[in-house]
Amino acid sequence: MALDDLYREVILDHYAHPRNRGRLDPNDIAVEGANPLCGDELALFVRVRDGRVDDVRFEGRGCSISQASTSMMTEVIKGKTLDEVRALVNAFKGMMRGEEPADDLGDLVSLQGVRKFPVRIKCATLSWVALEQGLDDHATGRSPTKTTTETEE
Amino acid sequence: MALRADIREDFPLLHQTVGGKPLVYLDSAATSQKPRVVIDALTHYYCEYNANVHRGIYRIAEEATARYEESRSKIAAFLGAARPEEIVFTRGTTEAINLVAGTWGRSRVGAGDEILLTEMEHHSNIVPWQLLAAEKGARLRYIPVTDEGRLELGALDRLLTDRTKIVSVTHQSNVLGTVNPIRMVADRAHAAGAHIVVDAAQSVPHQAVDVGALGADFVAFSGHKMLGPTGSGGLWARYDLLEAMPPYHGGGEMIMLVGLDHSTYKDPPHKFEAGTPNIADSIVLGVAVDYLRGIGLGAIAEHERDLTAYALARLLQIPGLTIIGPKEAVDRGGAVSFTMDVVHPHDIAQVLDQEGIAVRAGHHCAQPLHRRFGIPASARASVHLYNTREDVDRLVEGLLVVRRLFGRSAYAMKEEVSGAG
Repeated sequence: MALDDLYREVILDHYAHPRNRGRLDPNDIAVEGANPLCGDELALFVRVRDGRVDDVRFEGRGCSISQASTSMMTEVIKGKTLDEVRALVNAFKGMMRGEEPADDLGDLVSLQGVRKFPVRIKCATLSWVALEQGLDDHATGRSPTKTTTETEE
Repeated sequence: MALRADIREDFPLLHQTVGGKPLVYLDSAATSQKPRVVIDALTHYYCEYNANVHRGIYRIAEEATARYEESRSKIAAFLGAARPEEIVFTRGTTEAINLVAGTWGRSRVGAGDEILLTEMEHHSNIVPWQLLAAEKGARLRYIPVTDEGRLELGALDRLLTDRTKIVSVTHQSNVLGTVNPIRMVADRAHAAGAHIVVDAAQSVPHQAVDVGALGADFVAFSGHKMLGPTGSGGLWARYDLLEAMPPYHGGGEMIMLVGLDHSTYKDPPHKFEAGTPNIADSIVLGVAVDYLRGIGLGAIAEHERDLTAYALARLLQIPGLTIIGPKEAVDRGGAVSFTMDVVHPHDIAQVLDQEGIAVRAGHHCAQPLHRRFGIPASARASVHLYNTREDVDRLVEGLLVVRRLFGRSAYAMKEEVSGAG
């Protein structure tokens, strides 16, 4: 278990220079995620146009893994259809469970190393589970809910 | 009065490597390591005289009962209790506080009454009172914490009212390290007609605690933080209070006569120890007490004060590191919590783990306190008698590794944050 496996250069870069930070108003999806045990807090905003992610922003604070994972996620889902986004959510969660990463995960493949540090997996998946929750809320017209991955170890 | 030089030899767990590096254990505020005599005493109990207490008339049952009650006496003497019957064995501090809330609290607190806590409490000294307040329609109030990490005692004038029934305060903060002036708070509480509960989980393992000198009515403590086994601990209360309290759990062992409609109960402390108790761990807690007394709580406190002063001085030299809590080793224990720039505590602990250093990261079961300081989490290093200056040096070296790894990111983010602001 080398520390380099966890803190890859690209992860530290996303942590230092997070992409798509901020709020989005108006928005079609607004969802919160929190892992209170770690002190990770996240608010995710998505604007949907013609069934695609038109724009996405996030706010919050957390560890390098959760921030980098969120930052990379916003990059990879922008412009994708909601179905494609769901497929990405499943691909990412699959990768964190140990499956071979799908090609379209891009930089997110750098988070594979997190698997060797089981307590950190929930940091990497927080924004993804929040996004999935947001998609569900959007599809069913439910009011926004809050989510966590702290019971998901 | 210095500690024995070879004290670490007593603790088998400390002599291991983690990822090729010698373990530095700095999480004793979470749980302490155990000396060999404690570990051996557990084995001895199970190999030689494991039997249920207070019922068997055979030899080993008598021995188990005698040792169980002997441990109670040792703990009573250790805490300056008036008599052994003032000690109720519990699973630890959490259960002890729940016991007080669920019995004394439930029978004394009514609608509109107030329970006074502080902003620096552990969740185990908040949630039991929230449950009680919700059930009774009572109100929780909190003594604020200053920026330095001390109680804002001036607020007592306005917070202590004729509706205050219970004041429940930590003796020593598990996050800030702050040691609170319990005697003063107790006198004020009593003058207002309230009773005072003291969470002594973090003080009893590290300094001589005398329940009489504290002026408390109830004192809760945990065995596993004082070199004893997990699942051991207890509640001290004045005997007249224990007598006046209704039972906690119902069951065997706590009754005199059981009828179909009602039962009569044993005298304290047995009234509060329903069912087969945690015999082994409670007996061995007495062994841990013997060990602590053998070394001397004065010597332990002095050693930890020296170590804490050293740690504070060295940590404060690390650029970007902020200590949450008093920055001088005065009226303070050896738990030192801190944050670093924008390096998240979880990342700090992860990098330190790679260096073989065990610290805690998170909210340490004190979310309201972290909210008070505007941070979601912190990293915490905490010492016990077996820690050394070398351990502190290793911590500092480890934190410099954290800085090197995240340094660039930290500076970059700082610019972004200040640029945005």
